[in-house]
Amino acid sequence: MCGIAGLIHRNKSSNVGFELQGMLQALKHRGEDSTGYALYGDTDGKNFIARIKIGENVGEGSSSVAEDVSVYDQRKKEVDACINELGAEIVKEERILPYSLRYEIEYNKKDLLEFSQRIESIPGVEILSMGKSLEVIKDLGNAKMVCERYNLDKLIGTHAIGHARMATESGVDIKSAHPFWGYPFSDVSVVHNGQLTNYWNNRRVLENKGMRFMSECDSELIAVYLAEKMRSGATLEEGMKESLSGLDGVFTYFVATKNSLGMAKDTMAAKPLVLYESDDLVAMGSEEIAIRSVLPQEIDTYDPFDGEVKVWQI
Amino acid sequence: MANLKNVTKKTKAQEMGMHSEVLTGRTQQKFFNPDEAENFYYFGTYDVDFNKRTDLDVKDMTAAEANKKIDNLMSEGYGTIVIKNPQGKHSLGVGILNKLNLIFEGSLGYFGIGSCDGPVVRINGRVGWSCAENLMAGKVVIEKNAGSCFGAAIRGGDLICKGSVGARTGIDMKGGTIIIGGDAGAFTGFMMQRGRIIILGDVGINLGDSMYDGTIFIGGKIGSYGSDAVPSDLTKSDQDWLRRKLKVAEIGENFDVSKMTKVVAGKKLWNYDNLEPTEKKGAI
Repeated sequence: MCGIAGLIHRNKSSNVGFELQGMLQALKHRGEDSTGYALYGDTDGKNFIARIKIGENVGEGSSSVAEDVSVYDQRKKEVDACINELGAEIVKEERILPYSLRYEIEYNKKDLLEFSQRIESIPGVEILSMGKSLEVIKDLGNAKMVCERYNLDKLIGTHAIGHARMATESGVDIKSAHPFWGYPFSDVSVVHNGQLTNYWNNRRVLENKGMRFMSECDSELIAVYLAEKMRSGATLEEGMKESLSGLDGVFTYFVATKNSLGMAKDTMAAKPLVLYESDDLVAMGSEEIAIRSVLPQEIDTYDPFDGEVKVWQI
Repeated sequence: MANLKNVTKKTKAQEMGMHSEVLTGRTQQKFFNPDEAENFYYFGTYDVDFNKRTDLDVKDMTAAEANKKIDNLMSEGYGTIVIKNPQGKHSLGVGILNKLNLIFEGSLGYFGIGSCDGPVVRINGRVGWSCAENLMAGKVVIEKNAGSCFGAAIRGGDLICKGSVGARTGIDMKGGTIIIGGDAGAFTGFMMQRGRIIILGDVGINLGDSMYDGTIFIGGKIGSYGSDAVPSDLTKSDQDWLRRKLKVAEIGENFDVSKMTKVVAGKKLWNYDNLEPTEKKGAI
């Protein structure tokens, strides 16, 4: 049982970091092994923002093996060197935690596949997200803890999705936490509540097509599945509709791009979702109390039906 | 299969025409025996006065605190309680085994009005998953939409949603009536065993999947029939009952019930029908 939440402001920017923190914290009883945010901030759109993981959080409850901080330092040096070799320039860097990097990178190529493959060829390094607006931040603990750890409550943007995780299919670590980046597509992220029962079959097919998996978390399949559909020329919405038959199991998932937010629900409607929709704001979550954290007044909400796919633009 | 015995000496219950068969090996037969009057009273129920009314603001309460407070108010004789600011909290108004007029000024989260027997509840908002699960008797009216598993495993009472509901409405229901003013999702009436479901709008795929018994009436389009569910003839007595029920439920009073589709179980489960007295099956 995990909790997912998302919101999109359609006519303005807002403090989406703070808002999503409230929504996810309201869902913490659904799981607080880890919490993740995919935040779409207001930027000038010139540089890429990369969130890079160079190690795991080995704190209480983690299933990761402890590593010396010097290992992280060495990996950072290798990442920096690799970025230079790729002809990219680090414009700004932050290292909020020993294992977490936030880089603003000037990189003129649109295709991020080569860039991502080179960076991730360094053992122990994973790009959590890359885009002109998207930042994926995920770590162990509940929403409030992660928000405070990464100072997310001041982030201004238009939309966001997030996930409160109860680890079931894979370990308690950052690599298995949601959201998942739609590698190698800029600004695509996914969160999921449910279980996918044809994970390995799909994974083998997608890996044969050259797609990459970083964890053994079944939810990662959705991001990779959609990325492969888009790589084959499908729109996001077309890929989402195909996923209803291509993915087996029970699921409700959200996917976000630079200017849109979407949801899909499996044909069994086995996983919950409550939706609020107005001209200015769409907010949705596994439970109504998540929406109530941003809209405490009485509102009209509904459950999308089985097999439903919806996409909203900014 | 239960072992049925013929009983020659009529009990008080049989004289009242309540049942003519005695089951052995099943404990609930005793539960329904009016000869033992104490079986009809729940421990801890209260005499309440519907004209004695109060408000209860639950904004800063947990569900457990709110439910305890409702119980305390009933013990003081309050028969009408208005709940303010429920704000989508889970598990509100559960376990009420009492006559009570309960009004929620707002929406409920999951498992609202669960395991109740007797209250009349009006919710001026929406409800989340599993509203009124295991309802034994009473009436629950939801003014807006409801989530999935609406009326799961209810045994009796009327459960009315004026908006639309999610998937698996009336799953495993064993009695009572569920009435939906709008549309319903997939697997409506899944494993239904008794009772009636009325949907005035459209319904999703796998309607009545694996249903044992009971009746479903659909006013709109049907996504698909589930395994074991088949359409049946809509009789005049069905139509009379539908009109009466919709009127009492304050919903779809002018709805043309003659065009509704009646859905029943297509298979007979050999042992299932023998497990309960025939008269009890009619008492829904």
